[in-house]
Amino acid sequence: MSDGPATSGKPRGNLPPLELYVPEPLYRPGDEADFSHIVIPEAGAQARPDEACEASETFPLCSDLIRVLDEEGRAVGPWDPWLDADTMRRMLRTMALTRAFDDRMTRAQRQGKTSFYVKCTGEEAVSVAAAFALAEDDMVFPSYRQQGILIARGYPLVEMCNQIYSNRADKMKGRQLPVLYSARDYGFFTISGNLATQYPQAVGWAMASAIKGDTRIAASWIGEGSSSEGDFHSGLTFAAVYHAPVVFNIVNNQWAISSFSGFAGAERATFAARAIGYGIAGLRVDGNDALAVYAATRWAANRARANKGPTLIEHFTYRAEAHSTSDDPGTYRSAHEREEWPLGDPVMRLKRHLIAIGEWSEERHAAMDLEVAGQVKDAAKEAEKNGVLGHGLHHPFETMFEDVFEELPWHLREQSEQAIRERRIKWPNWKK
Amino acid sequence: MAELEEMMRPEEGPLSLSDAPTSEMNMIEAINDALDIMLDRDPNVVILGEDVGFFGGVFRATAGLQERHGKNRVFDTPISEGGIIGVAVGLGAYGLRPVPEIQFADYIYPGLDQLVSEAARLRYRSAGEFTAPMTVRTPFGGGIFGGQTHSQSPEALFTHVAGLKTVVPSTPADAKGLLIAAIEDDDPVIFFEPKRIYNGPFDGYYEKPARNWKTYPGGQVPEGYYTIPLGKARTVREGSAMTVLAYGTMVHVAEAVLAEKGVDAEIIDLRTLVPIDIEAVEKSVEKTGKCLVIHEATRTSGFGAELVTLVQERCFYHLEAPIERVTGFDTPYPHSLEWAYFPGPVRIGEAVDRLMREG
Repeated sequence: MSDGPATSGKPRGNLPPLELYVPEPLYRPGDEADFSHIVIPEAGAQARPDEACEASETFPLCSDLIRVLDEEGRAVGPWDPWLDADTMRRMLRTMALTRAFDDRMTRAQRQGKTSFYVKCTGEEAVSVAAAFALAEDDMVFPSYRQQGILIARGYPLVEMCNQIYSNRADKMKGRQLPVLYSARDYGFFTISGNLATQYPQAVGWAMASAIKGDTRIAASWIGEGSSSEGDFHSGLTFAAVYHAPVVFNIVNNQWAISSFSGFAGAERATFAARAIGYGIAGLRVDGNDALAVYAATRWAANRARANKGPTLIEHFTYRAEAHSTSDDPGTYRSAHEREEWPLGDPVMRLKRHLIAIGEWSEERHAAMDLEVAGQVKDAAKEAEKNGVLGHGLHHPFETMFEDVFEELPWHLREQSEQAIRERRIKWPNWKK
Repeated sequence: MAELEEMMRPEEGPLSLSDAPTSEMNMIEAINDALDIMLDRDPNVVILGEDVGFFGGVFRATAGLQERHGKNRVFDTPISEGGIIGVAVGLGAYGLRPVPEIQFADYIYPGLDQLVSEAARLRYRSAGEFTAPMTVRTPFGGGIFGGQTHSQSPEALFTHVAGLKTVVPSTPADAKGLLIAAIEDDDPVIFFEPKRIYNGPFDGYYEKPARNWKTYPGGQVPEGYYTIPLGKARTVREGSAMTVLAYGTMVHVAEAVLAEKGVDAEIIDLRTLVPIDIEAVEKSVEKTGKCLVIHEATRTSGFGAELVTLVQERCFYHLEAPIERVTGFDTPYPHSLEWAYFPGPVRIGEAVDRLMREG
């Protein structure tokens, strides 16, 4: 209540001055990292509600952590998906292949064969195990760090390399930044680069599938950082309103380039807890536990397919390497974080499990590592025959005017003619 | 109608549209008719937007459509323009043909990223694997005492984006044919509906009683399915004294002012801004030697700047006078002073006089 307009600068009595809180990560370069404050619940201790349950039954799981693989490498508890050894070996191999691919492509970037690359080291389970849990014709709307899905779905590595090299065989015609793949035939939506835009798009696809009485569902992935985008919230709102058959994944890898998860709100609540506000199912999963990721994804996919609506899954994991080839994490975070990360390495954990149940060995693992490295090398060499970035073997340059519209309008035709003219001026002997 | 005739698809209905039965419709009814026809013809067409379902839209453009076609085809959405466009991108990726409504063009900005970064570039970035065959319908323009949040004309924001088509009808008959063409188009189309002329052509004299579409030829709307191709302008009136380039409401204001002044102007209704019918523009300016560009939107970096540049680049040696540009002012659209903002008869009249004094 006031008798007149507010006046600034009037005496405030003994009220304390307001303070702005700006989050700060626990550890910066040079610090010893200590993650003992992170609560890691015992594997197998989390209840597994029925897939058709009320969303509210999942809410305790939004602050818990679904884990299957224990410290001894055993698969325990109600979330154990009881996969056969063959499936787990294929899963392990796909994760190893993804890691080998990342290593080779990062090296290719350092060698100047391309401009940019994004690894998913430490996060292989998040994409690979999820791809195993979805039907092969379910539609995925990934971010740029889910190359494991493409690899799990059998997309040719050589096509991925062609895209990364932006060469004359690149199916994206050299238009997209490396790793922003599109593979319609593999149910893989074109990756944007603008963050979280794929969330409402996945919902739209899922709604269309429901409108048409289809059985396919959609799944989408974003990092925890881009859960701050408006599209995250519009996606969840629409999915909740229409009961859309979609699985939302937040890959909480702790870091968004140099900004720790606190800048996305992690100091206040878990990311899975956002499901509670929308009244949809939410699960928080050990993202470095391939069996837990598989089980949670399968649970959410079955739920969506049974017309029980969307699920939000937070994958609690750690980005073990740089955001991309364009940043050096040594300048903004402690190098000890990776070694101290309490949830280990997803590849090693699944390997340990397979060895523990007598279905794998160190020798077989070493042989597999050699084999996947060779497979990647062969694909990269094959792709290099089609050219690498900046070495001249790209798509005919006038193709840059195609696909802006279905048909070439007059103004683009004129601009294309100008580009050809410029080409002739620069290289008089150039033949179109 | 002669022009409609040649655009008629031979396999559809009568050979001559001028023979086709017509109904008197206002622009809302014509849009509703187009949507109804497309919902019938194509099972993949879906309509979504705020209040478009049971209620039938705040301007009644979707009235009765949910009842006729079901909630799976015509449905209300959360108040989230970013969500509406983002969901429409996903619906399109699945293979549907979404027709989202943004209740006012003034509300479209939360959906801008999904339009500019996603819908517009889907075909390009995926090299044709994915497209966004959506038509975003949105009422735009002022003169309805809508204040600064219900009056804007943001078309230039969209014409600036590679990969978007921009359409503005100026009569009920055009609105129907253009909307059907836009829905059938596999590229994303922003369909701006000039809401000041939903109920009747507006000549800019706001003190005079409102007219309805009954007395106007464009208010006779052919029945059934027909299209008016995107990228083709309409010659509203042939003339030799000057070329007037306009779209939407301003077509009618220009027509009234030039008639009042007794100037034998050639008035071109652009109908589609991107891709623009450059041949129609060139042909007319080469004939008349003078050009007046009119739009209601703010002046700086408006679509008029593009039109003036195109005419200067392509018709310079035919010009007998500097090109004139009449626009709204570079202010937000003021509520009580909207007629001071609006590029009405006085502002247009001055420009016409300047052009007539030259050459």
